[in-house]
Amino acid sequence: MSVMWRLADGGLIDRTKPVRFRFDGQAMTGYAGDTLASALLANGVRLFGRSFKYHRPRGLLSAGVEEPSALVGAGVGGRFEPNTRATDLFLYDGLDAVSQNRWPSLSFDAMAVNQLIAPFIPAGFYYKTFLGPPSLWKLYEHAIRAAAGLGKPPQLPDADAYERRAAFCDVLVVGAGPAGLSAALAAARSGARVAVCDLDARPGGSLLGDPATIADQSSTDWIASAIAELEALGARLLFRTTAFGFYDHNMVYLAERVTEPGAKPTSGDIAQRMWRMRAGAVVLAQGAIERPLPFAENDRPGVMLAGAARTYVNRFAVKPGSSAVVATSADDAYGAAFSLDKAGVKIAGIADLRSEDEISPAILRRARERFEVVTGAHPRAALVGSGRAKGLEVLVDGRARTFEADLIAVSGGLNPSVHLHMQAGGGLDWNPRRGVFTPVSPRQGQLSAGACAGHTILSDVVADGWRAGLEAASRLGFSAAAGAAPVVLSEPLDAGVCAFAPAPGAHLKTVFVDPQNDVTMSDLDLAWREGYRSVEHMKRYTTLGMATDQGKTSNLMGLARLALNEGRPAPDVGLTTFRPPFTPTTLGLWVGEDAGFHVTPLRRAPLYEQHAAHNPPWQAVGYWRRPRAYIRPGETLATAALREAKTVRERVGITDVSTLGKFEVSGPDAAALLEKVLATSVSKLAVGRGRYTFMLREDGFVNDDGTVWRTGETRFLLTSSTGGADRMAQLLSYVRNVLYPELKVGVANVQEHYAAVAVAGPKAREVIAKLFEGADPPRHMSSARGSMAGVPALILAASYSGERAFEVYVASHSAPGVWAALEAASADLGGCAYGLEALEILRVEKGHVETGGEIDGRTSAHDLCLEKMLNPRGGYMGALAQTRPAFSDPNRLQFVGIESLGGPIPEGGMLVERPGFAVQGHVTAAGVRVLEPGYVGLALLRGGRAREGEELMAHSPTRTMTARVRVCSPVFHDPAGERYRD
Amino acid sequence: MMLIPCPYCGPRAQSEFTFDRPVEAITRPDGSAPELIRNLFTRDNPKGPSRELWRHTYGCRSWITLTRDTVTHEISDVTPVGASQ
Amino acid sequence: MKYSAFNLFREGLAGHKGWPQAWRDPEPKSHYDIVVIGGGGHGLTTAYYLASLHGVNKVAVLERSWIGGGNTGRNTTIVRSNYRQPELHALMELSLKRWEGMSDEINYNVMFSQRGALFLGHSDSDMLQLAQKGDAMRADGIDAELMTRDQVAKLIPLLDVSPTARYPVQGGLIQRRGGTARHDAVAWGYARAADRLGVDIIQQCEVMGIDMVGGRATGVRTTRGVIGADKIAICVAGHSGRVAAMAGLRLPVESHLLQAFVSEPVKPMIDTVIMTQSLHCYISQSDKGEIVLGGDPDAYPTYSQRGAPHIIEKAAAEALALVPSLSRLRMLRSWAGTTDMSFDGSPIIDRTPVDGLYLNGGWCYGGFKATPGSGFLYAHLLATGESHPVAAPFRLDRFETGHTIDEPGVGPMPQNR
Repeated sequence: MSVMWRLADGGLIDRTKPVRFRFDGQAMTGYAGDTLASALLANGVRLFGRSFKYHRPRGLLSAGVEEPSALVGAGVGGRFEPNTRATDLFLYDGLDAVSQNRWPSLSFDAMAVNQLIAPFIPAGFYYKTFLGPPSLWKLYEHAIRAAAGLGKPPQLPDADAYERRAAFCDVLVVGAGPAGLSAALAAARSGARVAVCDLDARPGGSLLGDPATIADQSSTDWIASAIAELEALGARLLFRTTAFGFYDHNMVYLAERVTEPGAKPTSGDIAQRMWRMRAGAVVLAQGAIERPLPFAENDRPGVMLAGAARTYVNRFAVKPGSSAVVATSADDAYGAAFSLDKAGVKIAGIADLRSEDEISPAILRRARERFEVVTGAHPRAALVGSGRAKGLEVLVDGRARTFEADLIAVSGGLNPSVHLHMQAGGGLDWNPRRGVFTPVSPRQGQLSAGACAGHTILSDVVADGWRAGLEAASRLGFSAAAGAAPVVLSEPLDAGVCAFAPAPGAHLKTVFVDPQNDVTMSDLDLAWREGYRSVEHMKRYTTLGMATDQGKTSNLMGLARLALNEGRPAPDVGLTTFRPPFTPTTLGLWVGEDAGFHVTPLRRAPLYEQHAAHNPPWQAVGYWRRPRAYIRPGETLATAALREAKTVRERVGITDVSTLGKFEVSGPDAAALLEKVLATSVSKLAVGRGRYTFMLREDGFVNDDGTVWRTGETRFLLTSSTGGADRMAQLLSYVRNVLYPELKVGVANVQEHYAAVAVAGPKAREVIAKLFEGADPPRHMSSARGSMAGVPALILAASYSGERAFEVYVASHSAPGVWAALEAASADLGGCAYGLEALEILRVEKGHVETGGEIDGRTSAHDLCLEKMLNPRGGYMGALAQTRPAFSDPNRLQFVGIESLGGPIPEGGMLVERPGFAVQGHVTAAGVRVLEPGYVGLALLRGGRAREGEELMAHSPTRTMTARVRVCSPVFHDPAGERYRD
Repeated sequence: MMLIPCPYCGPRAQSEFTFDRPVEAITRPDGSAPELIRNLFTRDNPKGPSRELWRHTYGCRSWITLTRDTVTHEISDVTPVGASQ
Repeated sequence: MKYSAFNLFREGLAGHKGWPQAWRDPEPKSHYDIVVIGGGGHGLTTAYYLASLHGVNKVAVLERSWIGGGNTGRNTTIVRSNYRQPELHALMELSLKRWEGMSDEINYNVMFSQRGALFLGHSDSDMLQLAQKGDAMRADGIDAELMTRDQVAKLIPLLDVSPTARYPVQGGLIQRRGGTARHDAVAWGYARAADRLGVDIIQQCEVMGIDMVGGRATGVRTTRGVIGADKIAICVAGHSGRVAAMAGLRLPVESHLLQAFVSEPVKPMIDTVIMTQSLHCYISQSDKGEIVLGGDPDAYPTYSQRGAPHIIEKAAAEALALVPSLSRLRMLRSWAGTTDMSFDGSPIIDRTPVDGLYLNGGWCYGGFKATPGSGFLYAHLLATGESHPVAAPFRLDRFETGHTIDEPGVGPMPQNR
């Protein structure tokens, strides 16, 4: 069987390299250079898939990415790629391909029963029925979703990796067909750095299916010498690479198919590579896509684009049928007839829509030497046998006539591919005779050349490519002598007439416009009758052009039908927008090396390894991970945290606070700058002293808090929370550079420069005294410089926990040694390391507000009981905005403490009088008393500052947890601050 | 992917920059409350050329003002901002 | 003709020649009681509720191109009311309740699928935030349920719940009544329903100016003539600022851009709407089988509806980190909409300082779910002159007074949302 369809010689396949593959479980062979489509054709396969809605049998329409019907799943497991076009998959050994959207098999698909109810399920039928309550819709939907979709979803993570690269060139040429290669040669010879990409596996474009003579050479030879010259001139040549997105300022995204769908990568582990190509100028030589013809049953296996039929013969050495009728409205398809004839396909005739005088005489004469050519022939219906095409009925002068053939090669002319031109931004010109749009008014100066600019004769195509390449290069200043354009002698060819209307009497219900989504001419007419008359409404209502082929062979026919119904010319009716991607692009390719664990960076603080050695549970804080507790055997997270907190209150604990924001602000105007950023004053701070501080956002709400220390006459160190550090850095930079550039001050973000360890507890001073050299441990809210464990250290005495505490700042790379020393010294005194959970317990008991908790971006200084610290001189960020009336509303959510009158308080729970009553606030943090039993918490409560003593419920319906609480001061531990004050 | 000409680094991809605000929204905190409220909380929001403040955050981190068309994304008149000039 | 299975069957036998136009294509009259500028979902529901609930049908909806062509036709179709701030969940819940009866009420199947809207939590602190949101919702009578990791894994088998993931899943908060709907159908359905009640829907009619007499808005100048109106209701998210400027107003709104994309269709793979507390991507599967994905906004003002690709790269990376088997699916389409970014992230439904001129806008990227609620509330304001209590907090002057409603608490700059 396969011998019969494969031609004995010819084609661009490598007959020395047979390739074994499977299709629907059946073993077959092909050759290197075959696509899956050509190999299947060679094996006699004619049924390739089933359509989306009606499950009608589908054959092969094309030989390219415009293929709507021949979709397969390729590969297995973590390489499985559903919805793969058989025409866009080059054969490889071991390929395992399966057809889709059919059960139990392609030849017997139970869902084909949908064809019986076709009259009742036209476009948009689901909007008119399945009404009723949403619960009923869920039932219908379950069936609809099971029937919808085409390929099976992959079940496993991707087995392979993807790579993304940036690249730059002077001239990017999209397409390596005759126009593209000419353009590339012209530009490269002019001296420009050229990059050429083509989605095919080899250069040549249309010449691969339609060989010709260029510059006195065969096209094969000309292509080879062009490539050799381009390589010698240093051009970057990317094959199997699709330019899919044209973005702002000549950024073009390319997808390089390093490994065929479903195949195991051979070069490294890369499945595909994305190129972010920034070009000085772009030449678009994407070619043109052939259009099918509208007639009844035009979706049947056996109906194929004429150019594709020619390509299968000339490039792949396969006969797509045993007998053929060519139905066309343009000269180009005659070439298909000649090629098929030469390959031994019996030509039943050529049915040409045009009148005799519209056809090029030379072509017509040559054709009539071999076959019957009927002019003025309007195809009306394919004749069907066993579900497939077996002939074509045409109308000539109102009389029907049939051609018997198992291959109906159709051509409605060639559509210039304007996709990238339109993505880049541009206009379109309408050619009413041909019924095509050609690119004009390029917004980014992109140059369209060759068939995609509307040319159809090879000599024009090559000349146009040459012109575009020269222009692109010279625009960038490259004008070295490029020589003369390649000479091509072409006979005149008529580009054809548009053929959007089916013949009178054609059964519109089977004139398919979008064969994948089963959108017929009668669907388009129904949409128009119902008032869906803009092109977008028509598209969305009928789903025309929304299939995986993105309407490449159907959009224009739909537009033309709409124009006909509207009684207006096509360009007036409008066009749907062209957006990336030009062909569907693998999601893994968009992700590249940011896959899996690398989706966001992981920032490791200097002491990460020290913590990791204890295998702690981690807390994600932005991109950082901080240890929650150092759990000992027999402990849970909660018991470990309580133990650590107790240790801090009773003896001493050390904790890593390296991730806090830290900024050095220095210069004569340092204090002035800080008083514009901070809501508190700093100018009164003596050298060596520090204070608690906080910052407002421009709109007056509290942004973050921290501490500020005067470490020199004109030098300050500012700290902020970990979570707010990046915001703080941006704010400082904005205020300093944009608002007050005249100030004499420098700001350095030293967050990563310093590691910091907090030592807290009654014995903290002892620990510091033991290790700190060169100075005494500083008093509360003072700083001191000295050294520790042999490295310079700055110590800030501030307390977050409520115990006497010291923060030790050292250069990051010195941190491990200092940590080890502090760990040992505190262990000697019965202390331990503590993590974020203990830190939280301690700060809750002490009533400290926290960014992310009480500082939630909606609370003001007054809400948080910080108003007394506001700088009375004003002039700081947020000062003006907090004068707005809402800020003095007494019923605002205000910071309070809550103590439980019973069990644990649900953190995040709502504060209510009773469950079911109005919400009056919420619990921002829940904790325990450390040294005695009892549950406490912090909260935001409406008018809370005036409600001390009130009893409420903290209620969590989602966790079925409720606690009776009393509103109180938030400072539960040592309200007078005696434990750390001097 | 707009190409933004940083005065220090040359033309760089927009992914290296962050937009901050239109220039009309830049207000010092030591002005008047009505002025702040107008500048911070209302916008001209032009459909066309707009004078904007951007930062080369993932590059040299400098601040720049530029004119950008909010429809065509054409960029012109890029000026550095800040103390370093 | 009523839409029903019976009529579908009957028409099927007759070649579907009997279906009338879904909405008329009338010439604009010279005067209306109320002119709604903007034929998106919000404008169309407003017109419908004016006619159906308030008996006001001398109403025109003016749409500069084709109805539903703005953000109604560009969103990712998620419907939910799971917001933390009480003003917002009250607003969205009022809307969600109207979704539940919508198809029947307007006799057009909008395919509202209550398959659940799930927020994933990736840490204990995420789970606490989700519990707080859930508690706030439940306290106000809205459904919300915490889920454990195992429950989430059972609901979405293809989710990566392994503890070594970059963002390990710890559980989630689900609103089972949330889900998705067919966005175009909402526009078409309400257009048809409003039209049947006598509302004029006028497409290809762009408002070029607002006529004012003595400080009062009296009509609009359009590409299809001058139209007088007692009340003019702006409803043009993305272009609120442009239209308001015609009456000399500056708004607390900046136009930004949000992208989204879909994959080629596959058989059922994801049954729930997936969102996440820590990441910004969201994932669902349409009834056609396409996986619908979105992520961060582009973060600068633009009317171009053309997004930058690195934003898509990030959204895809986050989605694939959650559902790794998405990797081999292919992006089929990408698009973008112009979002009306308000300066607290919450909408504006209010009269304006100009007499006779009203504003419904500032929906940022959360407008689709609010479609019926927004129209209901706007119609109430237009018809009665008073804000409905649920709409009252969404005043235009709240930025001046400081009564902002900021769900994530990130402040006024739109690019920080």
